[in-house]
Amino acid sequence: MKKIVLVDQINLNEVYSWLQDPAAGGINLFIGNVRNHAQGKAVVKLEFEGYKPMALREMEKLAATAMEKWPIKKLLMVHALGSKQIGEPVVVIGTATAHRKDAFEASRFLIDELKNKVPIWKKEYFADQTVWVNAHP
Amino acid sequence: MEVLLFGISKELMGQQVLSLPVDSKIANVLELKRWILNQYPEMGNLNSFAIAVDQEYADDETPISGNQEIALIPPVSGG
Repeated sequence: MKKIVLVDQINLNEVYSWLQDPAAGGINLFIGNVRNHAQGKAVVKLEFEGYKPMALREMEKLAATAMEKWPIKKLLMVHALGSKQIGEPVVVIGTATAHRKDAFEASRFLIDELKNKVPIWKKEYFADQTVWVNAHP
Repeated sequence: MEVLLFGISKELMGQQVLSLPVDSKIANVLELKRWILNQYPEMGNLNSFAIAVDQEYADDETPISGNQEIALIPPVSGG
C-alpha cells in the first residue's frame, strides 16, 4: 500500500499511524526539517514551490520502483509546500517492512531520488537576500 | 505555444507562463531550450534546466507542439 501527497503542513502523528502494519516489524521514518543555517548564514525561513501534478507523478514512479525492489508493506511520501519556519518538517519518507534492513534501504533510495528528480524548489530567505537552492553553480 | 515556469526561472523571466510567438517554429525540446537561452541569456547562468512535456522529463529530440503541457524545470531542490 502506498500514499503520496503534497500538503500545506505535515502531521507526524498521522504519518506514523498510517504506517502501522501488523506484518511490519520495522518502520523507518525519514523527516527532513527546515535548518536554521545555510552557507554559514542564518536562515530566516524557507519557501517551497512545486509543479504539483508532475511532482506527484515522479513520486509515484519512485514509489513503484521501490515497491518492486524491496518487500514493502506500506510506503509513504509526503512533501510540504509553501512557507516553512525553522524546525518545521518539510518532507517525510516512511517505509514499513517485515525487517529493518529493507526499510532503511528503501527510505534512503526514496529521499535521495526525490531530491534528484521531483520538481519541487526551495527558496532560502536570509536576513539580506533570498536564494533558490541548487539553481546556480 | 505556452511554457509553464517555476522557481528561479519564473523570477528571471518575469512571468509565470511564457508565451512563444506563433512564428517561432519550435519543433522539439532542443529548439525550445535554444530559443529560451537566446531570449533570456541569464537562464544560461543556471546549473542546467530541463523541459517536461505532458508532465514527463523530455530529452532534446522530443517533438513538441502547442497542444501539449510544456514546462521549464530549473534545478530541483526539494526535500
